[in-house]
Amino acid sequence: MSLGGLIAPGFFSNGPVRAALLTGGVVAVVTAVVGIFTVLRRQSFAGHTLGEVGTTGGSAAFLAGVNPLWGFVAIALVAAGAIELVGVRRPRQRDLAAGLVLGAGLGLAALFLYLGSVTSPASGGASTSILFGSIFIIGPSMVSSIVALSAGALALIALCGRRMLLVSLHPDLAASRGVRLRLVGAIYLLALAIAVSLAAETIGAVLATALLVGPPATALRLTRRPGRALVAASLVGVAAVWLGILLSYDSYTWPPAGRTWPVSFFVVALVLVFYLAAQLPVRRLRARPRARARGEV
Amino acid sequence: MSARSVPAALGADVVCALEGVGVTRDGRRVLAGVSFALRAGEVAGLIGANGAGKTTLLKVIVGLLAPDAGTIRRATGGVGYVPQKVLLDADLPLRARDVVGLGVDGQRPGLTLSPTRRRARRAVVDEMLAAVDATAFAEARVGELSGGQQQRILIAQALASRPRLLLLDEPLANLDLRAEQDVVALIGRVAREQGVGVLLSAHDVNPLVSVMDRVVYLAGGRAACGPTAEVVRSEVLSALYGSRVDVVEVGGRIVVVAATTEDAHAHETDQAVASGLAT
Amino acid sequence: MFSGFMLNTWVAATLVAVVAGAVGLFVALRGSSFVAHAVPHGAFGGAAGAALLGWNPVLGLGIFAAGGALSMGWLSRRGRHDVGTALALVTMLGTGALFLSWSNEYASQVYALLFGEVLGVARGELLPIAGVGAASLGVLALVARPLLATSVLADAAPTRGRGARRVETAFLLLVALATTMSVPVVGALLMFSLMVAPGATARLVSDRPGRAAAVSVALALGIVWSAVALSYVLNWPVGFFVGTLGALAYGGGRLLALRRAGAGAPEGG
Repeated sequence: MSLGGLIAPGFFSNGPVRAALLTGGVVAVVTAVVGIFTVLRRQSFAGHTLGEVGTTGGSAAFLAGVNPLWGFVAIALVAAGAIELVGVRRPRQRDLAAGLVLGAGLGLAALFLYLGSVTSPASGGASTSILFGSIFIIGPSMVSSIVALSAGALALIALCGRRMLLVSLHPDLAASRGVRLRLVGAIYLLALAIAVSLAAETIGAVLATALLVGPPATALRLTRRPGRALVAASLVGVAAVWLGILLSYDSYTWPPAGRTWPVSFFVVALVLVFYLAAQLPVRRLRARPRARARGEV
Repeated sequence: MSARSVPAALGADVVCALEGVGVTRDGRRVLAGVSFALRAGEVAGLIGANGAGKTTLLKVIVGLLAPDAGTIRRATGGVGYVPQKVLLDADLPLRARDVVGLGVDGQRPGLTLSPTRRRARRAVVDEMLAAVDATAFAEARVGELSGGQQQRILIAQALASRPRLLLLDEPLANLDLRAEQDVVALIGRVAREQGVGVLLSAHDVNPLVSVMDRVVYLAGGRAACGPTAEVVRSEVLSALYGSRVDVVEVGGRIVVVAATTEDAHAHETDQAVASGLAT
Repeated sequence: MFSGFMLNTWVAATLVAVVAGAVGLFVALRGSSFVAHAVPHGAFGGAAGAALLGWNPVLGLGIFAAGGALSMGWLSRRGRHDVGTALALVTMLGTGALFLSWSNEYASQVYALLFGEVLGVARGELLPIAGVGAASLGVLALVARPLLATSVLADAAPTRGRGARRVETAFLLLVALATTMSVPVVGALLMFSLMVAPGATARLVSDRPGRAAAVSVALALGIVWSAVALSYVLNWPVGFFVGTLGALAYGGGRLLALRRAGAGAPEGG
């Protein structure tokens, strides 16, 4: 198929599409970089929790008439603090902490949604867009805060990334070299809260989790060098988001005609496909043609 | 008695000196009156049954735990430490050389962008990889290396900051006989060549006899220290355990056995001795 | 508060609490909070799909819950557990978003599934709940012992192998079964909260499996009954009270465990 056939007319000249490609790309890079450490520290559930609980802040801010992004970040920070407070060192317990915080947070979300529907019955649509996001409605006013928050999250990772790698070898080993585990953990949770709430607000809580976990887990299979893992994860994340937006744009002409398929579906599906493809052992891929050449297949 | 940790006032080549160190955890006295000194280039084995307090003592020397009695003096220049049972995930995005690189500057915040610094780091990493005979697998993913290879890399990592004292917690655990011998020989060589004092814990003296300059034997919360032949003797260990313990040599191996199990008072210790030391 | 349709609510809430409390103990022992969240939440996609096809939503929910649980097991065996669970969850949710975009359902009906409408239980819904609930408890009784063994000795070599895999699969399907039974009635949020907090609290305050199970079920009942009553009086959503009371119960459990251990803090629980 030619490139012209794949990309529907008007794709690049469409204002919302261009804004979506830009913010989606930025968010994919930030979540990929932060997500490498989320996966190494086995904190996917904590990451998912911050995204979903962030929606509570989003709906609260919506009720209060404030920019939802700040509600997201504020609640995600509170939730991160709560996880740190409940949490203990063993990974199993850490998941439990995330679970408790998520249960309480979603309970609050239910309350806010209820109060919102009491005060303004039309807010049901707003809440779906919080969960699944609507990447096509990012206003130009949000771009500057998105860029600032992204830069902040990346700077925090640059600050503590090397120390977190040392911790990933063994916490005691890192502590013996003067690394303050709680401080490093707190800096990382701060970066996680910023990255996830940024992603959840712009592209939805579902995609936030997908991009936080999928591309990094894929990258960890593809490379054995830390720098390259960061680059690979970012590339996989950006590819999933951009292809997802493209396919969603194209899907307007697909059945059922007259409506686009959601971006979140495509991105999630692509993330899963990339992850599974990276799982295929290289040996098997190489062995197959040889076996066929010998006439064994 | 107050716990102190002072760096100065050590003899010329003494890298670590403990005096009357005691540790209490959860209201239970784990160690009491532990005293010994370690010199540069020396290998000391920290021997004791499971639960004798080996890991606790090493953590106290590293500084991860505070003693509540006695003094610990360490030479300046930091401590290299390899904890017990380091399980590296298979998908850790680190080559063997990256792990050693973390030993050089992993504790520093921020990124290293200066090319001079990066070159300097690379030189140290290459040197350390050569010192532990790991150049051949320097580019391999560390999580995919064998237990013995990982242990070498972790030792290189600990040496990369050029400490004068190297503490290894059970570096021989989960190694097959061949890897065990290799690592022991490596430790002896590294101590001489790098001029570091090495203190390594093990539950059995035998694999270490060839390289050990002295033994620190832990039992009943107390320690006996000295040359292997002077410490691993029936009288010394019996006094340490508080019950009769026999040290016998069988086919060139030292075997520590509890003498009787009839003595009800010493029953628990006997079992610890039998399970942890008799080989 | 106890008349008419509210009676159905009390019965449904009680049935769900018993099952969630019992399953929840194993969720806590296995450290599977993420699975307990992912299966009920992801299953909503199945309900959306069933609505699209004009099927009974419970059927779609059940298919998604079981399929999702099995994919979580499959993915977790091929990589990190949390990564497998997260990817299965987002795939289920993404598919649900697709189904929703195709159908003409109102978003608020999806939210009823996610956040629950325990105050509107019809009489006819009670019998299926009781049936599936009894089946869940039966399965649990069958696999409880191996489940306990593999949970406690998760890292021991003999518990790996094929037997452990079968036990893991049985556990995942158990969560799926419990989900199918409760989510259409009480919503995903309620089910998830009830599967996490009571079990975790019970584990803190009791170290005997039998007693812990009893504590877990009792706590789940206490939480859900209080939540229904509070919700009836204040007219706020039940999910809010269940989430908050669960967190409070766990906090209380931690304090109790702390006091019992004396000055020393529990090392990692």
